[in-house]
Amino acid sequence: MAGGYYSIEQVFHIKAGDFASAGEASSQIKKTLKQLGIDSTLVRRVTIAAYEAEMNLIIHSIGGELKLKVTPQSIIVTAEDKGPGIPDIDLAMQEGYSTAPEIARELGFGAGMGLPNIKRNADRLNIQSKVGEGTLLEIYFDIKAR
Amino acid sequence: MKVSQMVEALSLKVLAGESFLEREVCSGYCCDLLSRVMAKGEKGMAWITVQTHMNVVAVAALVEMACIIIPEGIEVERKVLDKAEEEGVIMLSSHLTAFELAGKLYQMGIAPVCKVVD
Ligand SMILES: Nc1ncnc2c1ncn2[C@@H]1O[C@H](COP(=O)(O)OP(=O)(O)O)[C@@H](O)[C@H]1O
Ligand SMILES: [Mg+2]
Repeated sequence: MAGGYYSIEQVFHIKAGDFASAGEASSQIKKTLKQLGIDSTLVRRVTIAAYEAEMNLIIHSIGGELKLKVTPQSIIVTAEDKGPGIPDIDLAMQEGYSTAPEIARELGFGAGMGLPNIKRNADRLNIQSKVGEGTLLEIYFDIKAR
Repeated sequence: MKVSQMVEALSLKVLAGESFLEREVCSGYCCDLLSRVMAKGEKGMAWITVQTHMNVVAVAALVEMACIIIPEGIEVERKVLDKAEEEGVIMLSSHLTAFELAGKLYQMGIAPVCKVVD
């Protein structure tokens, strides 16, 4: 498909506390983007954001979905869960803030840099959350015209 | 520099990824917090960490590190090494501490940041 990208969507189900398969969804997302011929710097930015979002679903949520959507203009990674929600989003966005439990910290998670890393790598970030209902993270990347 | 030259110079033990030792290494980083490594990690980096679980392999694969070096002779579980092998991640081990390894790599000309374009 010279000169153009496919429009595709992929959905990954992420289980809470599933550290053993952590990173598999992000790894698949990376492979897909590479196959689509996306520029390697952009692939790297999306991969980092997807990984942090995937880890947050595993560490902090009761489980959820990680989605990849690619159109000719943009890449959108969505992470959606059904709880427990984030009480204070501004606080959660601060570098160093983390409520990660001890089991996660022992593995080297809980630096409180995940959401800031996502924001830094994204072109736009939309985060909505309601305690008791869940969190929705929409991470947008622009595909620049060549 | 190639990973094989680094293995030779520092007498490192190859735990996984033996067939990828001709890979280039140009930068190094030493950290056990995975989000920090995700932010700083780059292609061609030698990463020194005391963490030896599955997620270390995932991080190294995602950012295409040159290799992982485990200090102080810390043992790595077979299933982690199998995963590394499967993902093409080189895992090396040394009896030296992370501090000594980083010092030696720095002296050998391994920089904090490299500019490898793929
Ligand atoms: N999906 C989520 N559900 C509930 N809380 C979350 C979620 N994602 C992030 N958080 C909250 O935001 C905090 C900061 O997240 P992050 O920056 O990724 O750091 P870390 O994961 O290292 O704690 C978390 O510690 C947690 O309190
Ligand atoms: Mg996080």
